[in-house]
Amino acid sequence: MIRSELVAKLTEDNPHLTAKEIERVVLAIFDSISDQLSRGGRVELRGFGTFTTRSRDARTGRNPRTGEAVEVDAKRVPYFKPGKEMRQRLNVE
Amino acid sequence: MTRADLADVVHREIGLSRAESAMIVERVLYHMCHALSEGENVKISGFGSFILRDKGERVGRNPKTGVEVPIAPRRVLTFRASQLMRDQIAEG
Repeated sequence: MIRSELVAKLTEDNPHLTAKEIERVVLAIFDSISDQLSRGGRVELRGFGTFTTRSRDARTGRNPRTGEAVEVDAKRVPYFKPGKEMRQRLNVE
Repeated sequence: MTRADLADVVHREIGLSRAESAMIVERVLYHMCHALSEGENVKISGFGSFILRDKGERVGRNPKTGVEVPIAPRRVLTFRASQLMRDQIAEG
């Protein structure tokens, strides 16, 4: 399922809203999750999972094309841990 | 941040009622869970992809007792954030 398909399903659920309005709602939801993570926060959605960030130490990487060593700064990366309910749902036949 | 905060964002930014905002947040999660439980990956451009992986059976070990236990084949969910989100988070 891609974003436009999600929007189409939500438009079916909400016939009184236009696809354009739904599109704005979907954008607002995902943007606010990203924003929260970039502020160092977490987003916990019971039954689905939790979005957090994890820190990565600085390291010496390599340009794969030239083989040249480059310093990579310490940074935070997004992380998602599926909730228990979600994990179970994936494994029922 | 939880569902309630996301509903609040929808209420403030889009102007839907609080009840309707809460309902639509719920439906977003419902449709995503539903697609994933049907074995379908979910790709949200600009945000990231939820990707299903099938893991084979393997022998694990109870870390406390050292007893070997078989781990059944299972399906797991991974999330790969978009480059956009990675950049946004790396910059802080």
